[in-house]
Amino acid sequence: MWTGDTVQNTVCELEVEIKNADGLHMRPAMQFVDAASKFQALITVSKAETSVDGKSIMQMSMLAATYGTRLKIKAEGVDAAEAIEALRELVEVTKFGEPTPEEKSRQMS
Amino acid sequence: MKFAEFVCFEAVIPELQAKDRDGAITELVAAMDKAGRLGKGNCDKITRAVIKRENEASTGMGKGIAVPHVKHKAVKNVVAAVGQSSKGVDFAALDKQPVYSVVLLISPADDPDKHLQAMEQIFKHLQQEKFRKFLRQSQTAAQIEDLLKEADVNPSL
Repeated sequence: MWTGDTVQNTVCELEVEIKNADGLHMRPAMQFVDAASKFQALITVSKAETSVDGKSIMQMSMLAATYGTRLKIKAEGVDAAEAIEALRELVEVTKFGEPTPEEKSRQMS
Repeated sequence: MKFAEFVCFEAVIPELQAKDRDGAITELVAAMDKAGRLGKGNCDKITRAVIKRENEASTGMGKGIAVPHVKHKAVKNVVAAVGQSSKGVDFAALDKQPVYSVVLLISPADDPDKHLQAMEQIFKHLQQEKFRKFLRQSQTAAQIEDLLKEADVNPSL
């Protein structure tokens, strides 16, 4: 059905897990903010009852997302699905280019 | 984590002498060292490590604040120093504006969770305009200490 030129507002939500040993410290948080800012969609990141703007480095820095923390990423906007996929990949696949605890302990030994 | 658990109140500087980033970092690390929090002979090494980290990416993240930090094996617990500058420090901040409040954080090399918990507390308050304003209005180390302790019991500050 043609609904005229209504702006399509997709909402996507996904839970991700922090897999790098050092967690979401400032450098990964900045990578996240940079990645999120490439999209028009509004990005909200939640840890338990705390929800922050995924495009604000200050707010992302107060999440204290340690290794193993599960975060809920919510994207709202025309490119929500692409945004969610890019952010999931950054957190869980490339892991911000940082080692997992196992890789880190191997590096240290 | 509460401010009182990791801020070294003897390393609170109400008026930094430094006008630039490296000077401010040097001053704050020296204050922590003088308070005996960095172990023997680590002051210069830690200063250089913080500056190196800062060169990789600025922690001056706008709104007149900067949170230079590094993980270093010299410390067993997270420790922070706080410096204020009424004139502003050139910190190469992301928004190119001067920095008025600097929170320097040194974290142990092998306890990433503690580092994140200290950062959580720092940013929870620094992102609130009221807290930043009170920090900038503080004129003595005692006032800054009171403000941080007040923030520990008042999450809305």
